[in-house]
Amino acid sequence: MTEPVTDTGGVVQSATKPCAAYLLGLADDAMVYAQRLAEWMTNAPQIEEDMALGNIALDLLGQARALYPYIGSIDGTGRGEDDFAMQRVERDWRNVHLVEQERGDFADEMTRLLWFSAYQVELHTALAGSADEVVAGVAGKALKEVRYHLDHASLWVVRLGDGTDESHRRMEAALERVSPYLDEVFDDDEASVVAAGLGVGVLPSSLRERVVEHVARVVEQATLPVPEPSTWRSRGGRAGIHSKPMGYLLAELQHIARSYPGATW
Amino acid sequence: MSPVAVESAVAQAISSIPDPEVPVVSIADLGILRSVDVDEHAHTVAVTITPTYSGCPAMEAIASRIVFEADRQGYAADVRTQLSPAWTTDWMSEQGREALLRFGIAPPGAVAAGESRGPVPVAISRHVVTCPHCGSSDTTEISHFGSTACKALRRCNACLEPFDEFKAI
Repeated sequence: MTEPVTDTGGVVQSATKPCAAYLLGLADDAMVYAQRLAEWMTNAPQIEEDMALGNIALDLLGQARALYPYIGSIDGTGRGEDDFAMQRVERDWRNVHLVEQERGDFADEMTRLLWFSAYQVELHTALAGSADEVVAGVAGKALKEVRYHLDHASLWVVRLGDGTDESHRRMEAALERVSPYLDEVFDDDEASVVAAGLGVGVLPSSLRERVVEHVARVVEQATLPVPEPSTWRSRGGRAGIHSKPMGYLLAELQHIARSYPGATW
Repeated sequence: MSPVAVESAVAQAISSIPDPEVPVVSIADLGILRSVDVDEHAHTVAVTITPTYSGCPAMEAIASRIVFEADRQGYAADVRTQLSPAWTTDWMSEQGREALLRFGIAPPGAVAAGESRGPVPVAISRHVVTCPHCGSSDTTEISHFGSTACKALRRCNACLEPFDEFKAI
């Protein structure tokens, strides 16, 4: 991770400084979830799934790598991808709590992947029409990939939900455990209002209906009940307030870069 | 087909660089190489490449190989990565598809997978993929994801051999 991978020469760039915070939220969601998914390698129920989740992680890492140098160019700091990924402290990260949670049961991961990829399909569908051509380019590229992620997660949820008593029970519990983290994904924070106003971004709340529709279809086909609304919900990720697992995740992610400052690879 | 002109020796050398993951196919045949602009006076060459997948780890190897090959011909290469328009398997040449088949990888079909917004599919397999070993069309998808992001894993029900399929995107 040394060279910026996005060429922005000769392309319409409508994203101005206020959009940086919005784009950072998107990039951090992808980066942190890539790190979590990568943990499944050697830990998934079968070797094909190690590879599948590793590949999905790589796609998300690619989204983050395309966005970070661009954010560094519009926020005026000139930071590159390594600066964003390896040198920021917890309070500077803007990802939602959903993606930073520990990986838990495989059913939990498939539930999270179902929700997150359904969200990303709608997000990138909208952003492919962004007034900013760099953002539109990243989204157009990512869209093809996240549709495949959604397919993958949907198949697993149906297979496990409509499977054995044990897999059904664990899917049902997973739906309940993931549900308190969903509201936050669709919150319209200040950054998204600004970015949507400029035509660069999209209001997260506007994506919710379609995402819920897709997940409901999958859950129904999986013979699973829709979980009751939870009594608490996560909040704060977009403002840099994170939950306990985030610190441990960053420690592992940034360990090498911080132990050997200036190291290149 | 790749729109790259290959009149000059340096463009020819760059076009025939093999893909690091699938070395039987060149980066031009894969459609990764988008343009090569040779400046004969300045002895520079501007090269544009596009990744198959956002996180494709082969991009850095490809970029450094381009710089190396150009240097061997006496040119300084400026390699740019472009995301838009997004790469599609439709850009793969006929020659590239035949090379994949000979190598034991089923070439991509027409773009279809994941494009629909219809209901959730009930089966893993939704399109016909022919076995590169025996030619049977009776094959099953084992895994959505194969050894690299661009491939899925399948098995032939006739000859029972496993094989990679280059996914259509």
